[in-house]
Amino acid sequence: MWNFISGYTPLRLTEMTHDTSIGGERHQFPSTRFSLIELARRGNREERERALDTLISAYWKPVYKYIRLHWKKENEPAKDLTQEFFLRLVEKRLLDQFDPARARLRTYLRLCVDGLVMNEDKAAQRLKRGGDCSFLSLDFESAEGELGFLQIAAPDDPETLFGREFSRSLFELALHRLQRECDEKKKSVHFQLLELYDIEDGGRERTYGEVAQRFGIKPTDVTNYLSYARKEFRRIVLDELRSMTASEDEFRHEAQTLLGVKP
Amino acid sequence: MTRFLSDSALERLREAADAPDLTGTRYQLVSKLGQGGMGGVFCVEDRELERKVALKVISVPDPDGAWSARLLQEARIIAKLEHPGIAPVHDAGVLPDGRPYYTMKLVQGQRLDEYVAAAANLSDRLRIFLRICDAVAFAHAHGVLHRDLKPANVMIGPFGEVLVMDWGLSKFLRVADSNGVTSKQNSGVGGEGPSAHSFRQETAHGSVLGTPGYMAPEQVRGDAKLDQRADVYSLGALLQFLIADALPVPKPLTAIRSKALASEPGQRYPSVPELATDVAHFLDGFAVSAYPEGPFAAGWRWIRRNQVWILLLLAYMLARTLLIFFRPR
Repeated sequence: MWNFISGYTPLRLTEMTHDTSIGGERHQFPSTRFSLIELARRGNREERERALDTLISAYWKPVYKYIRLHWKKENEPAKDLTQEFFLRLVEKRLLDQFDPARARLRTYLRLCVDGLVMNEDKAAQRLKRGGDCSFLSLDFESAEGELGFLQIAAPDDPETLFGREFSRSLFELALHRLQRECDEKKKSVHFQLLELYDIEDGGRERTYGEVAQRFGIKPTDVTNYLSYARKEFRRIVLDELRSMTASEDEFRHEAQTLLGVKP
Repeated sequence: MTRFLSDSALERLREAADAPDLTGTRYQLVSKLGQGGMGGVFCVEDRELERKVALKVISVPDPDGAWSARLLQEARIIAKLEHPGIAPVHDAGVLPDGRPYYTMKLVQGQRLDEYVAAAANLSDRLRIFLRICDAVAFAHAHGVLHRDLKPANVMIGPFGEVLVMDWGLSKFLRVADSNGVTSKQNSGVGGEGPSAHSFRQETAHGSVLGTPGYMAPEQVRGDAKLDQRADVYSLGALLQFLIADALPVPKPLTAIRSKALASEPGQRYPSVPELATDVAHFLDGFAVSAYPEGPFAAGWRWIRRNQVWILLLLAYMLARTLLIFFRPR
């Protein structure tokens, strides 16, 4: 809930109860021709709220996990700090100070988190003043549960950790959107094949005939449907990423990181 | 809907997003061979000709089209260089997902660094080096600089073929005509070419195209006016790599390497054939231009080069002497 901010009317977050629905219906999202960062800075109120909504939906899990893993904070303080961070992002208009020429957005946000955690005491006092009010309705339980599944508990350098969690978050959002779009186009099987092969890794030991029989399609359709789903997945991932970067250069570099391409 | 992606699922999805969309094409994906900063290389099956080929495709978004243009430029350059030491291009186009690609001969074998680590004596290595020089000199003769010569970009095939790979950083040389007007030697591609454009663009951001340790100093500095002597430097670094574990390294060979690796382009071999000639002369026991030798060294080299004939002559003279003294009278 956005009830912590005076004079700020939430558009969709008030109706949401789950983290993955924070992004809302994607047809309401701004055109990817315009960077969300620009809209969050200079858009009208509605555009700004939508842009922040989208950015928060992509970044809240990476921020929470980063605080938990890198800063080794307990569950409850990490929740508070995550809330505090996004509160500042909105209230103090942190994006206004972001300079694309100096850093990627991802790096800038991570450094802001670092600054917040280093001043943890002040943040704790502020939260105390605010009582138990939560700024956002975030499904911290699911994020906390995910930490147990991570194969590398406290990995690498901070940038790598934050980047990896951002990739995971973005892929999750993209899958959510892909599933919705496939359902709308009556192509649910296409998505289910992607799930089978690329999420569950359950298709590789089966023959195309077995997979086709399971989904009630022709064996020759398996690869075609899978290719379609992968192509759409790539398109959506890059579309989402583009909207969250401030320049073509940043977009290209972030895509290299996201796709595991060495720069 | 809450969906958690494990690390392994994340990797599979990355691969899925990176895989080329070959729907409706004559190609079928077999495996991924490698990844560079700009594009990935995949092994694909050409269903029409029933053979495997290598497919190179842009991996990352290309909003301004510079990388796509560079890939096409690379394909056109390789297509122009029909030489046994350069893997041929078969096809180029745009995939259904909008990404440009080209296909080329699938080269199987060992990279030069792997090949050298396994075996090969100094003479064999130098003969391989000469064949690398042949391919690079051919490219220079067609107005093309490689700009990224290094052991990882040379393949040794199962039948001893030597192939210079990865022309992704190559660019057209600029030559001055008789009136001193600078122009591109080959006009078929049009304009200066995106390769040169990208080179400047990258250097403007503080990064340089090439591989540290194999780049000429002027290439490291981002000098836009490179010529074939930049590749001569890289070949010198390759030569250094090939002779590094030969002990002791003969002085003429050390001199050849040093001349190729000179910091100032003017002090290097002016062209690859001249470098190759010196190496060939060294292999054949002739004098090399990079190593001025004294009369004693020249005599000793002459003796070594002609040692078979000298031994035969000595044997003949010994036999005649023996005949003179011991012939029955």
